[in-house]
Amino acid sequence: MKYTFEMLLLAVGAFLALIGAGFAQDRPFGAHMWVLFFVLIGGAIVLMRRTEFRPAIAGRAPAPQSEYFDEVVKYGVIATMAWGVVGFLVGVVIALQLAFPDLNIEPWFNFGRVRPLHTSAVIFAFGGNALIATSFYVVQRTSRARLFGGDLAWFVFWGYQLFIVMAATGYLLGITQSREYAEPEWYVDLWLTIVWVAYLAVFLGTILKRKEPHIYVANWFYLSFIVTIAMLHVVNNLAVPVSFLGSKSYSAFSGVQDALTQWWYGHNAVGFFLTAGFLAMMYYFIPKQVNRPVYSYRLSIIHFWALIFMYIWAGPHHLHYTALPDWAQTLGMVFSVMLWMPSWGGMINGLMTLSGAWDKVRTDPIVRMMVMAVAFYGMATFEGPMMSIKTVNSLSHYTDWTIGHVHSGALGWNGLITFGAIYYLVPKLWNRERLYSVRMINWHFWLATLGIVVYAAVMWVAGIQQGLMWREYDDQGFLVYSFAETVAAMFPYYVMRAVGGALFLAGALIMAFNITMTILGRVREEEPILGAAPVAQLAE
Amino acid sequence: MADKHIDEISGVETTGHVWDGIRELNNPMPRWWVYTFYATILWGIGYAIAYPSWPLLTEATKGVLGYSSRAEVSTELADAKAAQAGNVERIASSTVEEIIADPQLRQFAVAAGASAFKVNCAQCHGSGAAGGKGFPNLNDDDWLWGGGAEALYQTIAHGIRFAGDGETRVSEMPSFADMLTQDELRQTAAYVVSLTATPSDAALVEPGKQLFADNCASCHGADATGSREFGAPNLADAIWLKGSGEQAIIDQMKAPRHGVMPAWLPRIGDTTVKQLAVFVHSLGGGE
Repeated sequence: MKYTFEMLLLAVGAFLALIGAGFAQDRPFGAHMWVLFFVLIGGAIVLMRRTEFRPAIAGRAPAPQSEYFDEVVKYGVIATMAWGVVGFLVGVVIALQLAFPDLNIEPWFNFGRVRPLHTSAVIFAFGGNALIATSFYVVQRTSRARLFGGDLAWFVFWGYQLFIVMAATGYLLGITQSREYAEPEWYVDLWLTIVWVAYLAVFLGTILKRKEPHIYVANWFYLSFIVTIAMLHVVNNLAVPVSFLGSKSYSAFSGVQDALTQWWYGHNAVGFFLTAGFLAMMYYFIPKQVNRPVYSYRLSIIHFWALIFMYIWAGPHHLHYTALPDWAQTLGMVFSVMLWMPSWGGMINGLMTLSGAWDKVRTDPIVRMMVMAVAFYGMATFEGPMMSIKTVNSLSHYTDWTIGHVHSGALGWNGLITFGAIYYLVPKLWNRERLYSVRMINWHFWLATLGIVVYAAVMWVAGIQQGLMWREYDDQGFLVYSFAETVAAMFPYYVMRAVGGALFLAGALIMAFNITMTILGRVREEEPILGAAPVAQLAE
Repeated sequence: MADKHIDEISGVETTGHVWDGIRELNNPMPRWWVYTFYATILWGIGYAIAYPSWPLLTEATKGVLGYSSRAEVSTELADAKAAQAGNVERIASSTVEEIIADPQLRQFAVAAGASAFKVNCAQCHGSGAAGGKGFPNLNDDDWLWGGGAEALYQTIAHGIRFAGDGETRVSEMPSFADMLTQDELRQTAAYVVSLTATPSDAALVEPGKQLFADNCASCHGADATGSREFGAPNLADAIWLKGSGEQAIIDQMKAPRHGVMPAWLPRIGDTTVKQLAVFVHSLGGGE
């Protein structure tokens, strides 16, 4: 019987959730356990409907082990796209909430609860699924080996989706440990730890059984991302639950040490999740899409080791001019500045890989998207070290400049490189001759780029104005503006920011449509761009 | 190493490895990249020598510049205090009227008061002090309890109808719901409106005038210009605190609403209260 073990597991899990709901020590935990129960029982029912009561030996032969395991990658691509649209939509909603506070719908949909929903949806649901899916695709091909662990990859995929659902519903119920980008409470953290160890096993196992003599650079980056995130996640979430049947826990750290641990985690979530992981994507998909060799092997080695060695120290720059001791602030700032070139090593290798094929920026919108992604990567990794300098930070800290910086990295770099990778992957995974529409990629490219530029430029102006208003004194030595006045002054920028976000969302919706039609096997009749051959043929 | 391989387009040798069709060129690292990287490292070392950096057993190295962010903030605070020192002390030892009489001290107090106003008062009176429904406008010369310097100080220091302050300003308008009939209420309201606008029914004004004299004049005055002794509003001007029109007046007579303002002296201290009084006095309606 198929899925026997899986169904049992889900049923036992659902039963435990029911017990958790029954004996919950606080109401949010009870509600959260009901959510878990319905998700698991729903999963069990879906599996039951697929059950075939045929002896396992009769009928089909087991899939040949030489083939690549791509079914889970397909699911990952769809999940990436779906969570991406959700995450961007929630982003537009909270941008509007800041401009029009009446849109805060108490208690489930006020800014405080929806904001972590947005950040987790885009970073962990959209970005995380993109990383898991592409890493499974890339590691198999660059190792010439099928994924290690058989169905363990399915556990990683579905386990990760369960983590996302539990995290998201927890936020809306008001369950949070109030650590930025690590808001889920202790039981959800424990679950993610299990899933992540499985992910590491699948990835590392595949590398260990590779048939290539060397490990490709993309896999160094993927591995550093997986290992470091495991370490960061475990340490930052060390906490003692109030009750094993309750939603509240207390951190193992306190005071400024707690803050430092949090930003050691928070900054390296940026460094290893959003930088190292996505550089891995870049190192595979750009050479494949432009069909050119990586520019410099030596540069890739040096910038890889420099990047992962230096990133881990940069976190204290989030705590400039706080109770954090001066020496730790120095550490964070110095390492952030030294990180500039190691970060740019990736940009150079990405852009210079196009040498000899720059014409493709004109003819292939996927290449254009990837090049723009690397350009935004370069801008964000220059802006970051600059903002970590204490003098600059004294103006930029706590302002919307930081929000703009994060988004030029997240929308520009992480978003565009992921879109490029998905456009590359979908025709290959579903065996389509080409995408439904190449012209729609061009539309997506321009909408997204315009959206990012509007967003980042508006937040620069807003943030700098905000910072200057906060520190403005009159000739008698008194503050000129009250805090409320500086908030009111942000209104036009907040409206424009929402417009920028909406443009980005519109691009993603076009992509979702394009991808869906491609998967359904449709092809749009259209003029090729600048008379060039369709993209799928250019790629290989 | 695998076989030697030269990339045709660039003419550069590759490392010989191939992964899924991807090769790597054996290009050197860009020199500007290497030298900029070195420069940032050198700068980092220099910065770590100049500023606090290396954590030791009990404390960190202090750096040759001897910088400390705690010392910096104390210096800045001390400088700011020193710059204002003479003025703050003179305000502390002067009455509000004395401050207003001294142009230099008045300028300082107005700036200080404006700053304090935005933090403590703007929530009710608005950032421009123009007030709102139920919250008096402080820019005009229509004062409930007086617009002189000392009167303003008294109001800000002890508040209005603020429980827990023995010197707070207190008054209470009684409800006329049971004392006057519905018709009488309408007549009184029509009369009050007639002082500044056209009432809905001119016939109501004459009986209303008598009712006003009997019931309202004791606090609001025979000519309805109010009384600061009771904080009774002037009804003969077109400025309305709780709403204008006959219905709003009837509502107020039947179920009077009374504003409350906290006593600020215990919260922000005598000096700041004086600064606020001078600031409010400067807004245009000061007497």
